[in-house]
Amino acid sequence: MTESVGRRRPVPKSAGNGKHPLAKAPTGIAGFDEITNGGLPRGRPTLLCGGAGCGKTLLAMEFLVRGALEYGEPGVFMSFEETVDDLVENARSLGFDLQRLSARRRLLLDYVRLEPSELTEAGAYDLDGLFIRLGHAIDSIGAKRVVLDTIELLFSGLSDRFVVRAELARLFRWLKAKRVTAIVTGEREAEHLTRHGLEEYVSDCVILLDQRVVEQSATRRLRILKYRGSAHGGNEMPFLIDDHGISVQPITSLGLAHQASTAHVSTGVAGLDEMFGKKGYFRGNSVLVSGTAGTGKSSLAAHFVEAACRRGERCLYFAFEESPSQITRNMRSIGIDLTPWMRRDLLRIHAQRPTALGLEGHLVAMHRLIEEWRPRVVVVDPVTNMIAVGSETEVKAMLARLIDFMKLRQITALFTSLTEGGGAAERTDLGVSSLMDVWMLVGNPEANGERNRTIQIVKARGMAHSNQVREFVMTDDGVTLVDISRRADGSVAIGSARGAEQRHALAGRARPSRSHRAK
Amino acid sequence: MKHGAQRTWRLRLYVAGQTPKSITALANLQRLCESRLAGRYHIEVVDLVQQPQLARRDDIVVVPTLVRQLPPPIRKIIGDLSNVERVLVGLDVLPRDDGA
Repeated sequence: MTESVGRRRPVPKSAGNGKHPLAKAPTGIAGFDEITNGGLPRGRPTLLCGGAGCGKTLLAMEFLVRGALEYGEPGVFMSFEETVDDLVENARSLGFDLQRLSARRRLLLDYVRLEPSELTEAGAYDLDGLFIRLGHAIDSIGAKRVVLDTIELLFSGLSDRFVVRAELARLFRWLKAKRVTAIVTGEREAEHLTRHGLEEYVSDCVILLDQRVVEQSATRRLRILKYRGSAHGGNEMPFLIDDHGISVQPITSLGLAHQASTAHVSTGVAGLDEMFGKKGYFRGNSVLVSGTAGTGKSSLAAHFVEAACRRGERCLYFAFEESPSQITRNMRSIGIDLTPWMRRDLLRIHAQRPTALGLEGHLVAMHRLIEEWRPRVVVVDPVTNMIAVGSETEVKAMLARLIDFMKLRQITALFTSLTEGGGAAERTDLGVSSLMDVWMLVGNPEANGERNRTIQIVKARGMAHSNQVREFVMTDDGVTLVDISRRADGSVAIGSARGAEQRHALAGRARPSRSHRAK
Repeated sequence: MKHGAQRTWRLRLYVAGQTPKSITALANLQRLCESRLAGRYHIEVVDLVQQPQLARRDDIVVVPTLVRQLPPPIRKIIGDLSNVERVLVGLDVLPRDDGA
């Protein structure tokens, strides 16, 4: 049975460390093998517990499907809960075709119907029937991976506590003796991890899944409670279930080891490049543009994207406020046509309502999209909507991971941030701005009966940059910085005042133009 | 349901090899059937060690399991059948005053 299967990956050898290296079986689940240094303990049972609807069944199923497709390891899924039809249907939502895998004998789905009301206990019994049945299933397709879902249901009709405990212990020993890499799922109980104290029987690996609703959005988290012979963080990691399966956002500290680039990328606005020493941002920078509504944040983002596309670089634009058509229409009104780049697949606009997923869900999804398509430029417009959800430190930690992840890949990222009016811009952004290399403020302050657009660079790590507040206008050719008009006292005139003073200056003595004085 | 002479019992006993539990269960079942259902029962013994594929047929995980196919509805009695009262309940046979 060595038919060739799709994208089979090489199976890493033992990835353990220390005196007793523990061989690992990669799950193929995005992010999971990273956080576990290679996957689940090979040839041993892992306990996966969590409450109803937390994703146990799907995670376990993906482990089998990827094992069969990518690592050439057939698997047996023994279900005490969902029927085969339900399993097939649910897996289809992740893009898995279980029927096809079953037909090719890469997967065996076995639904065990247990009806406690049909059962009468009359004397001593054991679970040899299960062992024989499972053993037969394993042998019939040469399975290397096994899932038992959910173990509590198996015991729901058995009242003899003593037998249940003894048989549980025997089940885990039997699985080990069979040398299959197994996931046994258990229902989370309020007080204990599981009803029968399953965790006592599993010495190698215990994983807890959890789903919480925070601010109306569901957030899934995964935590490795125990992993013998492996270093693991006890931290909770957000994960996402979508039409590609499960993705876990690795918490592995990417650290600050990334190479700082000295190459520059244009901001897309000539005048703005000048403010950054005529060159623009560093490649791999994370840039924050904050300002109140309608100050031109998205326009700056569009310029940046267009310039990147002109260089032939892929841009991924995460839009959390507007649809792709709204964005392209609005940008066309200031002379930026993004549609040709979309047609050439250099620009992808990924629009999603912020409420569609929890914040962590968004971050995981972004992580995956970036990993898949490998853009060189990423825009998040606006990042604020996501920040509003969840506790600030948590959000900041995750955003930091996303930024680190992009830096490691030398992706230049621009985040817009919508701030409240009333001069609080600098304060509200503080939490996020510390993560950024470049921080710009755009505004349209009202003075002398008119509003004029201004831009200033608050910080730009490692770069000489202008400290001036510059005026800019939106023209048919996009954002254009207006030449500075400095008064005799050194202050900068903007808006009509600038116009008037410049006209005055021109009309009067032939004073040399003061333009292009940005340093 | 009337307990007339026309009722018959179709029983299937699942065991896993010749273990003490298997042997006890079969002995208990035969004794009970002879004393209470003489001439009206049929026992089929399935050894899952010999025929593992048959475990799926009646969703067997626990052994020994006695499946009452007739009279309906299907019932499953698990264990070595040493608890006679419970076996009788499971088989839907009225207990006698003498307890056997």
